[in-house]
Amino acid sequence: MNRKYSRKRLQEAGQGYFFMSPTLFVLACFILGPIFYAVFLSFHNVRLLGETAFNFVGFANYERVFDDRRALIALWNTFKYVIIVVPCQTVLAIILAATLNAGMKGEKFFRIVYFLPTLTSSAVLTLIFMWMYNREGLINFGLETLGLPTYDFIGDPNIALTAIMIMNIWATAPFFMVIYLAALQDIPDSLYEAAELDGAGPIRKFWSITVPHLKPITSFVVIMGIIGTFQLFDQSYIFSGGSGGPDNSTLTVVLLIYQYAFKTLDTMGYATAIAFMLAIVILIATLLQRKFSKEENLY
Amino acid sequence: MKKKTSIGRIILYGILSLYALITLIPFLWALSSSFKPLSEIVSGAITFIPENFTLDNYRQIFIEEELFPRWMFNSVFIATVGTGLNLIFNSMAGYALARLSFPGKKGLFIIILAVLMIPAQVTMIPNYLILREFGWLNSYQGMIVPSMINATFIFMMRQFFVNFPKELEEAAAIDGLSRIGTFFKVVLPLAKPALAAQAIFVFMGFWNDFMRPLIIMTDSSMYTLPLGLNTFKGQFVSYWNYIMAASMVFTLPVLVIYAFFNKYFIKGLSLTGGK
Repeated sequence: MNRKYSRKRLQEAGQGYFFMSPTLFVLACFILGPIFYAVFLSFHNVRLLGETAFNFVGFANYERVFDDRRALIALWNTFKYVIIVVPCQTVLAIILAATLNAGMKGEKFFRIVYFLPTLTSSAVLTLIFMWMYNREGLINFGLETLGLPTYDFIGDPNIALTAIMIMNIWATAPFFMVIYLAALQDIPDSLYEAAELDGAGPIRKFWSITVPHLKPITSFVVIMGIIGTFQLFDQSYIFSGGSGGPDNSTLTVVLLIYQYAFKTLDTMGYATAIAFMLAIVILIATLLQRKFSKEENLY
Repeated sequence: MKKKTSIGRIILYGILSLYALITLIPFLWALSSSFKPLSEIVSGAITFIPENFTLDNYRQIFIEEELFPRWMFNSVFIATVGTGLNLIFNSMAGYALARLSFPGKKGLFIIILAVLMIPAQVTMIPNYLILREFGWLNSYQGMIVPSMINATFIFMMRQFFVNFPKELEEAAAIDGLSRIGTFFKVVLPLAKPALAAQAIFVFMGFWNDFMRPLIIMTDSSMYTLPLGLNTFKGQFVSYWNYIMAASMVFTLPVLVIYAFFNKYFIKGLSLTGGK
């Protein structure tokens, strides 16, 4: 009896491991193993040409960041990008969702149209925007028609990063809009009706009912936004042909990691150290955001 | 009072339509450019309807550009095989974590939750070295195997199976089906909505991925479409007509999938969003 019972448990454990085996394999080989490997790499100087060699250098890779002018530029660019893009895309997403949720006809049509940029790959979006940002392109034509100054969006270091920001706010806001739309369904209509009886206008209702009710979702959206924006890569890479130019103006941290890891010799360990530092920055930013949004909830 | 609300409606429609225009213009512009001959493109005239409508750009990329069909095949192959494996393996793992008891289950679940928070850049470089060691650079398995599971969807499937009625499985067991048979013949077919949402997101992840193929695929015949498009840009510096045609070809499959699975899309988003 007892033996039979344990045999059944043994069998179930076997089935459990069978079902988990692909996951265990990938976890070990391509996720957990590499994390430990990355720790090892970040303390070494890696040479790949000829005989692969690892020389222990202690914390040198981590210290090097502070003497690296390009690393500081990349960090500053990324920081600027996060600080501007995250609030803009969040606010835009909330406004779009609230407008779409006002019970208008054709809601479905607008929703499908708005979602297009989220479906399209970053490579295609970047190429389309580069085509529109062209010196004689559609956007300059539009600016000219309106009597506004035109720009060399791709070649001017003062404007290139802004051009990427505009494109990405446009591309990402609809994704978060859909998340907000789902959350808006959960706000009871009776709240709005009560507010209406008290004489609240649409803007008042938006600020006093919609925004507070969306707070938990906003927290989620901001965290996802922070994680996503810190990892900006595809757009800068394609925009600048991999260089981060003009004049390092579109150089982001991840692009810098890519360049050090795969485009320059012997700096793979250094690139890994930067990647770790990026991970820590993202973690801290996420925790800070959580803390702030919790404090806000107290009021 | 009545009049006021109708003014409000007009403003709302105004905002909605303006934003729809802002969203659509880049796509319409790209689409129209893809049907224009180069001469019309460089003339600087701004028209959304091509004056000399032509399919030459599409002909050019499919016939003259030898590698383009190959890139397309690579993308389709990697995305479909990768998605198929993800569907099976994520569901299996989610099922085991929800239903089976085995030593180390709790720890594994915590590890999977933790993996969700690790940015890809940390594992990117060691993964490159590991794939190099395996001899998997420039190969389909190099792209597929490391991504044949996805922690987000293992987590999602676990949540799904926790709420799944046990009685069906017990009935199948009485009918003499083994655990594995039950899983593939009874449980998976009933998980279709969850699988559909997962399939869309995983497929899009593979299809639109730029960074991983950039690192793994060094031989231009192994490029996927996003990489191919990017080299196109370098190769035909000012041939925006070809680039736009290729971009449209690349975008079409995702639009078709979206049109078919629209409802699962929103469902999947609210699932991942509400967590």
